[in-house]
Amino acid sequence: MNPSLPFFVLATLSVFSALMVVLSRKPVHSVLYLIFCFFTIGGHYLLLNAQFLFAVHIIVYAGAIMVLFLFTLMFINMNKELEPHKTNLLKGAATVAAGCLLLVMVGVTKGAESLAANSNRTDVGTVANLGKALYGQYLLPFELISILLLAAMVGAVLLGKKSVE
Amino acid sequence: MEFLLIKFVLVVIVFAVSLGIAAYSTYAERKIAAFLQDRVGPDRAGPFGLLQPLADGVKMFMKEEIIPSNADRLLFILGPCIMMMTACMTGVVIPWGHGLEINGTFYPVQITDINIGILYVFGVVSIGVYGIMIGGWASNNKYSLMGAIRASSQMISYELAMGMAVIALIMTTGTLSVREMVEQQHGIHWNVFTQPLGVILFIVCAFAECNRTPFDLPECETELVGGYHTEYSSMKLGFYLFAEYINMFISSAIIASLYFGGYNFPFIDQLGLSPNMLSIVGTLIFFGKIFFFIFFFMWIRWTIPRFRYDQLMHLGWRTMIPLGILNILGTGIYVLYKNGQLHF
Repeated sequence: MNPSLPFFVLATLSVFSALMVVLSRKPVHSVLYLIFCFFTIGGHYLLLNAQFLFAVHIIVYAGAIMVLFLFTLMFINMNKELEPHKTNLLKGAATVAAGCLLLVMVGVTKGAESLAANSNRTDVGTVANLGKALYGQYLLPFELISILLLAAMVGAVLLGKKSVE
Repeated sequence: MEFLLIKFVLVVIVFAVSLGIAAYSTYAERKIAAFLQDRVGPDRAGPFGLLQPLADGVKMFMKEEIIPSNADRLLFILGPCIMMMTACMTGVVIPWGHGLEINGTFYPVQITDINIGILYVFGVVSIGVYGIMIGGWASNNKYSLMGAIRASSQMISYELAMGMAVIALIMTTGTLSVREMVEQQHGIHWNVFTQPLGVILFIVCAFAECNRTPFDLPECETELVGGYHTEYSSMKLGFYLFAEYINMFISSAIIASLYFGGYNFPFIDQLGLSPNMLSIVGTLIFFGKIFFFIFFFMWIRWTIPRFRYDQLMHLGWRTMIPLGILNILGTGIYVLYKNGQLHF
């Protein structure tokens, strides 16, 4: 068996589900395809021996954030008449913007180290090693992220409040 | 090859045992309800009504299958499938026994011991929410949708508190692997003694996750007809109901292995039995603990009435989560003190 076969299967599924997110007619179907897409991306993490990242990815994104998305969408009554219609100009502009983003992403990964070079180290993504790296080498950025998250939470609560007199 | 064969046999056994116990939980539930309400309970099918689960199963399969004409067909079928699948997946990381040594090779009685063990359980549980949400939405019925919304908001709220209870446990045990957690509780060093608050939080959240009384608002029949499974009939309905019993079995197993020693029991070293014998006795005792917790689930169901919805949310967000944070703080101080790193 070709060793990169799992990668290609997963990659095909990811691209397919990502496309279906955009092409689906019903918003709920889009969300479900997005969840499926997250699973396939989680599969890529597993191929790179990052089990912890996989578990957290599934719990946080597929298990919590997408539930909230689905939640909101279920309340919205999407009728054909109420659906916002975009002009062709807007559609074209969105395509160009997304294309630029793709270009930037490809440009970023081009200069980066090849991940495949590290993939023979099977223990790199285990919880113990990741924890040591986060709480040792990268302690300051890790703690700063927690402050960022706290700030975002406070902001959300503030926005959620009706109006402050 | 031999490895695969053993794992395959283990998977089949765990699957069959989960289904069997879940089936007989339905019988036990009726008998316990009858006992608590001073009735006889099912006694017609077979001796003591022991064939009742079989009769129920046949009845479920024979019922007419109705898919509402305005329902989203694919998702309508997908809902119960996800529910059943996630219910059966969690048993994989639970250590059912220490292990048997045959011809010098050690075979652990566990399907797999992954280093993210407990996180795997959380991942699977968080996917289980979709079974209810998709089913409720695809039914194209107001009551189903309301039930699904209730169920999912309840489950994600209590998942948080459950996660916090487990974080405190991870702090004291220093591992995510369920097997290592159980091994550390050798004899009577059960985690329930170091995590008394964590146990209560975890058990309450387990009740909410399984949608059992007093948290069974998703199917609150006085307000919502049948909740998220109003439109379901035949074995699809059966799957939803049955998944609840499998979840109950698995939660009992997880409670028993995380906090109540799993297959460990007091005076394990003083018995003087061979390791293989001890392992078998341990597994039997583990199942004893599981049965106790299943009984506990049912006992609560027939004792405490259900909450009102705002009370449920209030309890989840304003009591359970602050208590969980407090527990993490307390555990942090305890761990520092135990390691001698606490200086005043």
